[in-house]
Amino acid sequence: MRANCWIAPNNVAVKNVPDPQILNPRDAIVRITSSAICGSDLHLLHGYIPAMTKGDVLGHEFMGEVVELGPGVRDGLSIGDRVVVAFPIACGNCASCADGLYSICENSNPNAAIAEKVMGHSPAGIFGYSHLLGGYAGGQAQYARVPYADVGTIKIEDDLADEQVLFLSDVLPTGYMAAEMCDIKRGDTIAIWGAGPVGQFAAASALMLGAERVIVIDRFPYRLRIARENTGVETINYEQTDVLDALREMTAGRGPDACIDAVGMEGHHASPALHAYDRAKQATKTETDRPHALREAVLSCRNGGTISVIGAYGGFIDKFPMGSFMNRSLTMRSGQAHVQRYMRPLLERIRKGEIDPSFIITHTMPLDDAPHGFDIFKNKQDECLKVVLKP
Amino acid sequence: MGRTTMGVRSVTDSLGIERAGQDRGSEGLARFLGWLSLSLGVTVLARREQVSRVTGVDDSPTARQVLTAAGVRELGHAAALLIPRRAGWGAWTRVAGDMLDLAAAGQAMKGRCGERRMRLTYTTWALAGITAVDLYTAVRATRGRRGRDANRVYGSVTINRSAADAYRFWHDFENLPRFMSHLQSVRTTGDRRSRWTAKAPAGRKVTWDAEIVDDRPGELITWRSVDGARVPNSGSVRFVPATGGRGTEVRVELGYRVPGGMFGARIAKVFGENPQQQVCDDLRRFKQVIETGEITRSDGSPDGSNRQQQLKQRPAQPLATRGSGR
Repeated sequence: MRANCWIAPNNVAVKNVPDPQILNPRDAIVRITSSAICGSDLHLLHGYIPAMTKGDVLGHEFMGEVVELGPGVRDGLSIGDRVVVAFPIACGNCASCADGLYSICENSNPNAAIAEKVMGHSPAGIFGYSHLLGGYAGGQAQYARVPYADVGTIKIEDDLADEQVLFLSDVLPTGYMAAEMCDIKRGDTIAIWGAGPVGQFAAASALMLGAERVIVIDRFPYRLRIARENTGVETINYEQTDVLDALREMTAGRGPDACIDAVGMEGHHASPALHAYDRAKQATKTETDRPHALREAVLSCRNGGTISVIGAYGGFIDKFPMGSFMNRSLTMRSGQAHVQRYMRPLLERIRKGEIDPSFIITHTMPLDDAPHGFDIFKNKQDECLKVVLKP
Repeated sequence: MGRTTMGVRSVTDSLGIERAGQDRGSEGLARFLGWLSLSLGVTVLARREQVSRVTGVDDSPTARQVLTAAGVRELGHAAALLIPRRAGWGAWTRVAGDMLDLAAAGQAMKGRCGERRMRLTYTTWALAGITAVDLYTAVRATRGRRGRDANRVYGSVTINRSAADAYRFWHDFENLPRFMSHLQSVRTTGDRRSRWTAKAPAGRKVTWDAEIVDDRPGELITWRSVDGARVPNSGSVRFVPATGGRGTEVRVELGYRVPGGMFGARIAKVFGENPQQQVCDDLRRFKQVIETGEITRSDGSPDGSNRQQQLKQRPAQPLATRGSGR
C-alpha cells in the first residue's frame, strides 16, 4: 500500500509499504477513505518529538471502512462498517479507561518503559506518533491496523460526509476538551492562544458550553478571520497588539476567567529577541519546548482562574512564571484528548447541526501529495488551515 | 518473607536458596574508611612535620619521604573506597597499605630509643588496630560480593481486577508463558507439581520441576524448583487489594542462582537476559493479558513489551510477513 512516511527531520515521503495485518484478536483493519494532517504532525516533521525512526508511517486523524476483523472484537463491529478512529489507542479495560481517561490507557503503549524514563509514567499509545508512544503505524496510508477496535472506533451510520465526521478522530474532541477543562460558568470570558484547528474548535466549544465571550489570539490574519466568520469570536493579532494589555483592557482589568493554550511546544513571540532566546535554548537542547503561549496565558489569566493546556508539549520548558501561577491561585488542567469519551456526544451535536466541523478544511489532495500538504501547512501558505488526504 | 519498598530491603529468605545479596553494614564501614583515608592523606601531606613528631620518626630524612609516600597512598585508598558505587576490593588496598605501614614502623623501631621509641610503639599499636578494622571490612565487603551470584528480583503492578481473579489466573501455572517471555511452557504434572521449560541464552533450553510451597487462595502463591534443577529458583506472588477500590496490587519476588556464578550472570546479560528488567516486562504483560486478553503489539514492537526490543525498534510500518501471533 501507499503510506506517508517520516524519513528525517523536515523530510516526509509517500512510499510503498506492506499492507497491515491482524496481529491481535481485538484488531481491525480499516481501508482509509479520509486522513488529515494534524498540527502536532508538524512537531514530528520538525524533529521535536524524540524516538522517530526512518520509515515510520505518520497520521492519527483518519476514518474509513472496516475490511478485516480479529476474532475478539466485541460490540457488533462488522466488516463494511464505516468508522472514525480515535487517535489515542485505548484498551477499555484498565482503571484509566474505566474512568474515561482513554489517552492515559495503561496497556496500549508497548514501549511504556521508554516513556517512563522521560515522563515518569507512560501515557497511551498513539497512531503514527513516535516510538515513545508505541511505535504504531499511522493513518496517512491506504490501510491501518486498529488495535482494540471495539473501543477505538465509532460507527457512522447516517449519510454525513467524511468531512463532517473525520475530525471526531482528534481535533474536534481535543478542542472540546480544552473548553470543558475551563469549567465554564455563565458570563465567563475565555481567551484562546492559537487559531489552528484545535483553537477554532475550542472557541466553538467554549461558546457551546455557555461562555459569554471568546477571544482568539494568533498572528495569521486569515486564521483569525476564519475564527471570526465561523464562530463569531473576538480576535487579537499578537504581532500588532500587546496581548496582556489588550486582554486587561477587554475585561476591564480582571483578565479572562480561563485561558486555553492551543499552541504548545512550537510557539512564537512578537518580540524577535524573546523568540530567539527560546529558539536558541531549543537548538542547544537546554529546553525542548518553546512555551510562549503558556507563559502569556498564565500572566493574562484572572486571579483564581484556570489554564487549560491542550497544545502539545514534548519535554521540558524554561522560564515558567511559577510565582504568578502560585500567588494568584491559578489552576492548570491538561491532557491529550480522551477522544473515545467525546466521540458519541459530539457526533450527536454534528447530527443536530450544532456544529459542522468541515469549516476548517482549506485543502483536499490525494495521499501522494502529502509532502506538499505538509509543506503548505508548515509554511502557512495559501491560507492553509487543514489538509485532508484522500488515499 | 522479605518485604520491599523502594530501595529498602530486609531480605530473609524463607526458602533457603540463597542469602542476602548485599551487606549494607560493610558498605557503610567501607565509606567511613574511605573518608578516614582522605583526611589522613591530606593531614600527612599538609602537616608532615607535626605528623612525623607525633609518630616519633622526626629525626630521619628517609622518614619524611616514607611519610609523603604514605600520604599519597592514603589518597589512593580514598579513591578506591569512595569512587566505586559498591565497596569491594577497595578495602583490600587499605589492608595492603597497613602491611607496608607496619613493616615501616618495625624498621623504624630498630633504630630508636627513649621518648621516640615510646611514641613509635603507640603508633604501631594504633596501626595494628586499624589493620584489624580494615581486614574485617575487606572480608565482609568481598564476601558480600560473592553472595551476589545468587540473585533476587522484585516487581509490582496494579491491575484493574480482583485479587481472586488474579490469583486464579496465576495459580494455573500453564498461563505463565503467556506473559513470562523467557518461559516456553509450563505443564502441570501433579497436585502441587509442574514441569517448566525456559529459553536459555544462545538458543538453549532449560527444564526443571517446581513445587508449590505455600498456597493461600486469593492472597499468595509461593513455589520453588525441586532438587536437581540446573538453575535453582524460587518465586512468590502476593495479591493485595489496593486502597479504596483501586484494583489489586500484584507483588512478585523471584530468586534464582545463575549457573557459573557472577561470570554466568554477566554472560547472560550479554545475551540480553536481565532478570530485573524481565520481571518488570513480564508484569506489564501480565497486566495486559489479564485486563485486555491480549499482549499489546505495535509495528515498532510486534512482540510486545520487551525492553530489549524497545531499544532496537523496527520502523512503525506494517510487517511484511504475518506476525507471530500467540
